[in-house]
Amino acid sequence: MIASSVITMGALSRRIAGQRLVQFVLVTLVVCSLCFLIVQQLPGDVAFRIAAGRYGYDYVTADAAEAVRRELGLDLPAWQQFVRWVGRTLSGDFGVSLVTGVGVATELGEHLRNTFELALSSLFLAMLVGLPVGVLSGLRPGGGLDRLTLAWTVAARALPAFMFGLLLILVFSVHLEWFPVAGNEEGGTLLLPTITLAAGLAGLMARIVRDNVIQVTASEYYRFALYKGLSPASVFFRHGLRNIGVTSITYAGMQLILLLEGVVVVESLFAWPGLGHALVHSVFWRDVPMIQGCALMMAWLFVGMNTVTDLACLAIDPRGRRE
Amino acid sequence: MSFTFNSVRIAALAVCSSIAMLAQAAPPLKIVGPWEIHSIDPAGNGVFFTRLQVAESLVDADTKSVLRPGLAESWKVSADKLSWRFVLRKNAFFHDGSPLTAQDVVRSLEIARKKPGVIKTAPIKQISAQKGDVIVELTKPFALLPALLAHASTQILAPASYAADGNVKQVIATGPYRISQLAQPQSILVERFDKWWGKAPDIDAVSYLSVSRAESRALMAESGQADITFGLDPVSVGRVRQKGSVQIVSVTLPRTILVKFNAAHAALKDVDARRAISLAIDRAGLTKALLRDPEMAATQLFPPTMADWHRSDIPPLKHDPKQAVQLLAALGWKPGSDGVLMRDGKPFELTLRTFPDRPELPPIATAIQDQLRKVGIAVRVSIGNSSEIPAGHRDGTLELGMGARNFALVPDPLVTLIDDYGDKGGDWGAMNWSSPVVTTALQRLAVDPTDNEARAHRAQVVTQLQSELPVLPIAWYRQSAAVTRKLEGVVLDPLERSYLLTEMRWRKP
Repeated sequence: MIASSVITMGALSRRIAGQRLVQFVLVTLVVCSLCFLIVQQLPGDVAFRIAAGRYGYDYVTADAAEAVRRELGLDLPAWQQFVRWVGRTLSGDFGVSLVTGVGVATELGEHLRNTFELALSSLFLAMLVGLPVGVLSGLRPGGGLDRLTLAWTVAARALPAFMFGLLLILVFSVHLEWFPVAGNEEGGTLLLPTITLAAGLAGLMARIVRDNVIQVTASEYYRFALYKGLSPASVFFRHGLRNIGVTSITYAGMQLILLLEGVVVVESLFAWPGLGHALVHSVFWRDVPMIQGCALMMAWLFVGMNTVTDLACLAIDPRGRRE
Repeated sequence: MSFTFNSVRIAALAVCSSIAMLAQAAPPLKIVGPWEIHSIDPAGNGVFFTRLQVAESLVDADTKSVLRPGLAESWKVSADKLSWRFVLRKNAFFHDGSPLTAQDVVRSLEIARKKPGVIKTAPIKQISAQKGDVIVELTKPFALLPALLAHASTQILAPASYAADGNVKQVIATGPYRISQLAQPQSILVERFDKWWGKAPDIDAVSYLSVSRAESRALMAESGQADITFGLDPVSVGRVRQKGSVQIVSVTLPRTILVKFNAAHAALKDVDARRAISLAIDRAGLTKALLRDPEMAATQLFPPTMADWHRSDIPPLKHDPKQAVQLLAALGWKPGSDGVLMRDGKPFELTLRTFPDRPELPPIATAIQDQLRKVGIAVRVSIGNSSEIPAGHRDGTLELGMGARNFALVPDPLVTLIDDYGDKGGDWGAMNWSSPVVTTALQRLAVDPTDNEARAHRAQVVTQLQSELPVLPIAWYRQSAAVTRKLEGVVLDPLERSYLLTEMRWRKP
């Protein structure tokens, strides 16, 4: 063992954190510029759009649009607006929603909390179901449970979240009257959107874990441990679990993007006031600071999730302490 | 790790708040609708707070558009009709406990005048406080002033509501309900305000949730999650009606679905072209199939419930595609090889802009597209944002625009009509069309005519609009809401000014 080839956990975590920090800065810049460019390219006059949001369709008139244009400096050249906005964002000021007049940071904080609540509970439920099912079907490939999870994964991926959510509402809210349909004001509203999101994720997770279980149990080191005379259970827990974990977590981390994609649709269906809901609405009303805030938040979440995934892998990887 | 900690905290909070809710005597009355709480400024989304009876203005209106005292208990105009005196209620308080004063009213109205809104229509010289009354001086007589002061943009808010620049930072108003929780743009909870000047309402608290999807709203009504649900599509109304625990309450609004013509467009500038388009449209079929409500087929611009403006003695708009074809032929249009009419080498093609905020508009637009295709007019339907109609009006690119025009923005439809059909036309009214007869009649109506004169002026306006067709009336509008049978006293306000919460009661079990 040569000392210089040993890289400590701390150094490796620092390297990962450093790489992600660079990624974070780049993503921020790219998302900001792209958002701004796309909003500029969208059809329709921005001032009229914002006036429609603020005053409603009964009151959107040319006068209202002119007032908006003057107030927001929309008559400035695009590049000046961009510089102004980047300057403010860098100093930590996300600006004020053009439609509601509330600070973007305040609104985002609220939406982010709701999205976290929904995303984490879905992730938790998906893991609770997906991991054991995946392991069990991996230990018996081709068995009943294995075929069942395959069918379920295909069905869950083929059925859009929107459809599945509606079905859940029809059964559990309208016919059985067990849970509320939408909103986040009362108890029980979290359940149906969580199940809608978790269903697809759990199936996928089960498939990934199953494939890894098959791969690991077929590996030489695993079989060697069995030949050595260790009991199947202790081989699985000592030599299998961590190895399965590394690939599964990496893969599952990548699938988390499905969650972000899912919240946009699911939040809208269940009137769940999270980031996805806010993004859709701000695009519709051309609420530029909100669009930029939401998109930035989502980009940061993505970088954040990748970082957490990397660090989690590092923590459980049996090879982690050596290069 | 901190995420997990957060979710535990959130879960704990949720449990605590549910327990707290259970501990309360009665759950709030739950209203669900499509409208988002966009702005708290009276000039923006003020009507939202008038509907929830949080904010009030000097003048109020009943469901028949008759003006009644609001924060002003009476008002009168001077002999020269240039000065109006509004006498305020002595027992009105703001939600922060401070009493309402004439200075507060003047401040709110002055701020309203600086923002876009209907109050700009009035020829106001000065607003001042005098011995506890509010005096509004005008540069010329204007009979509509009290109606304008019933509009949501003239709500009276407490001094503490405004930031230094006149922007509204908080709604501290005078109504029977005050805001206890506000989460823009989605939800609001209001509770009874015990120092309100009127009779204490029966309902303690009311929550409103904005749900953007019509199917989610219908399901909330069906499942009993919502007590009152607005913005149901016609198909859902039929389904919800079958549910025993829910009833459908309806009212005809002073609102008409209409197509706005660009009367300067080469193909539309001839009145016979507009008449031909009108004759080509089967309004009865369209309202029956799409609105499930054939009575709403418009035979003229104003619905029968607008008694002052609806005239049963004018010839109704008819469906007669044969006559439409003849009129178009007389204008020189000849069918081309693909069935589309041609004149001077150009096809009869138009773009119809509309928007999805009112869910029935896009299907109606496609039905019109189909019906006009049958007489040889090719229509392209463009579904975008409501603002594309006023924007197209302003830059001249609009050809056809369809919306649901509300004539009761203020209790007197005249204010809207002056805007829409005055000599310059209006964003939601005539485009490149004006009629000296209509302009003069509208102007005279604004200067306090006698009843007989007013009737004659209104007749001129209605007759002229019916024969010249600057806009094409398609359907009148019935608003429906699904209401739980646990509630009684639910009446819909045709002016869409108020949910009339103070009139509702929970049914005794």
